[in-house]
Amino acid sequence: MDAFTTHTGTAAPLRRTNVDTDQIIPAEYLKRITRTGFEDGLFVAWRTNEPDFVLNRPEYANASILVAGPDFGTGSSREHANWALLDGGFRVVISPRFADIFRNNSTKAGLLTVVLPEAEVEALWAAIEADPALPVTVDLQAEQVTYGDTTVPFQIDPYTRWRLLEGLDDVGLTERHLDDIEAFEATRPSWKPTALPAR
Amino acid sequence: MPKTLAEKVYDAHVVRSTEGEPDLLYIDLHLVHEVTSPQAFDGLRAAGRTVRRPDLTMATEDHNVPTLDILKPIADPVSRAQVEALRRNTAEFGIRLAPMGDRDQGIVHVIGPQLGLTQPGMTIVCGDSHTSTHGAFGALAFGIGTSEVEHVLATQTLPQYKPKQMAVTVDGELPPGVSAKDIILAVIAQIGTGGGQGYVIEYRGSAIEKLSMEARMTICNMSIEAGAKAGLIAPDQTTFDFLKGRPHAPQGADWDAAVASWSTLRTDEDAVFDAEVHLDASALTPFVTWGTNPGQGLPIDGRVPDPAEFTDEGDRRAAEQALEYMGLTPGTPLREIEVDTVFLGSCTNGRIEDLRVAAELLRGKRIDASTRMLVVPGSVAVKAQAETEGLDRVFTEAGAEWRGAGCSMCLGMNPDQLKPGERSASTSNRNFQGRQGKGGRTHLVSPAVAAATALTGRLTAPADLIGA
Repeated sequence: MDAFTTHTGTAAPLRRTNVDTDQIIPAEYLKRITRTGFEDGLFVAWRTNEPDFVLNRPEYANASILVAGPDFGTGSSREHANWALLDGGFRVVISPRFADIFRNNSTKAGLLTVVLPEAEVEALWAAIEADPALPVTVDLQAEQVTYGDTTVPFQIDPYTRWRLLEGLDDVGLTERHLDDIEAFEATRPSWKPTALPAR
Repeated sequence: MPKTLAEKVYDAHVVRSTEGEPDLLYIDLHLVHEVTSPQAFDGLRAAGRTVRRPDLTMATEDHNVPTLDILKPIADPVSRAQVEALRRNTAEFGIRLAPMGDRDQGIVHVIGPQLGLTQPGMTIVCGDSHTSTHGAFGALAFGIGTSEVEHVLATQTLPQYKPKQMAVTVDGELPPGVSAKDIILAVIAQIGTGGGQGYVIEYRGSAIEKLSMEARMTICNMSIEAGAKAGLIAPDQTTFDFLKGRPHAPQGADWDAAVASWSTLRTDEDAVFDAEVHLDASALTPFVTWGTNPGQGLPIDGRVPDPAEFTDEGDRRAAEQALEYMGLTPGTPLREIEVDTVFLGSCTNGRIEDLRVAAELLRGKRIDASTRMLVVPGSVAVKAQAETEGLDRVFTEAGAEWRGAGCSMCLGMNPDQLKPGERSASTSNRNFQGRQGKGGRTHLVSPAVAAATALTGRLTAPADLIGA
């Protein structure tokens, strides 16, 4: 995973609530067994069916920050949604509320999710609609979003922040605690099931 | 300190807990399917890692599998490649697989309980958001992404923060024709698709205690549609009776030890929930969705809402977008909505009891001439059981299609899809845009409403058929 410290780019306003992961990338794109190359599926239904969909507009074509309404990333656990956003050039998604699994997947894939209050999202929408070229900076070190004269703080749990800043792989971190895992396994009741063929 | 059921299960699986870091949680059972696992196995290979506990890991093929001609190679080359990747990966890493044609094959959330692998007090994960289904047994079960699948394969653990606790209490007697599906659709409509975000939901109350295991699974299955991390129900005699004698259930002295342990899995009297929701089962009616997220649902007696009536701007815009996509006019009675297709199946409602309820309504009748009905059992074993009971003949004699087991039209990764503009009444869990096929329009319903709707071609409550 690439480290994330600070990112400056332009932002696209996605004025929708409940953007589920089926909209971010439909199931037909999930048949691939690779981990990259999902940009063609990103919001493909809206891109295809709605000529004025925000990401079809040239002024937002190079946006790297997506600003969405509440409940972004609901539904299916597909991490392909996070990969598609990254492959599509996004490094940050801002929303008043994220679905848990999407947010979790983001921290593993290196996509930063930033929770801002609805009023702050409304203000940011207004600013980037007025000036699509407005640079927006998301600073994970300082935990703040800055655009124009405005600076908005955000919160993130310190452990996740540290992992993202360092670009650390979770599996490697857990493997440092193999002794604890082995000790726990020794205490598991013998009647707990195994998946080996039963009969 | 008094604890909730979910806290008891969580605390019993903490491998390591340190201030300022997530807890490391041990995973008792890892279920795997073809869609969310290939990149995880690739990650293991790239890092030179192995699967730590293949004996606690079980794989099946479900999302891509056709429901016709299942013994032939899959026609779609991309689907076939994905299934073949799972076969290679499970063989290489020594993981048990129930492939197409195997008697244990089926939707991952149907086969775990059916085999007795899903037991009270366990931690269960799968790269699939409907893993919450297994909470019906008093397990802490939740969906994960592919990076986490890799993490569990490598370490049999996951870094986790303890979720908040929500109680959804449902008391009272369910009216005839009203089912678990209607309970959960009503809960989601009440708290919203983000209402459960950050919480584990414990479903409790007299109406929940009376439910069968199949019905409990339907409720826990859709916890994710309310945004919750997981949903669970305290195990009781109904749970133990369901498990006893299943292939992976404990036997003899082990069974007694297990039941003694499982019997402690109840929320303590004075435990505190962070949020509480109450529902009166006796006031419920069949529920249907009108929009494009599972929170956009109403009693079937209702009408398509007018977006102008929503006070919240986001909700209003969402309703406008939903009605445009769904091709619906505000004020239309929900009962007047005509459907092209009825889908009975999925990890929400593809179990034997769901098929029985629908078959009872269809017995000796013919479905509407312009309506297609697909009946897709949740597993090979459910299919076999239904055929033993003659349910397959009830469905085919009524004009429905009797198919092989799999996820099927719930998400249309196989050939079972809606065409653009087609409308379904579906017993699945998501009415998202395009979920059942590009441009398809989905109304979520219970198995009883699905069967009644198939008979009339319009959204119909089972009670509407009496005297019809």
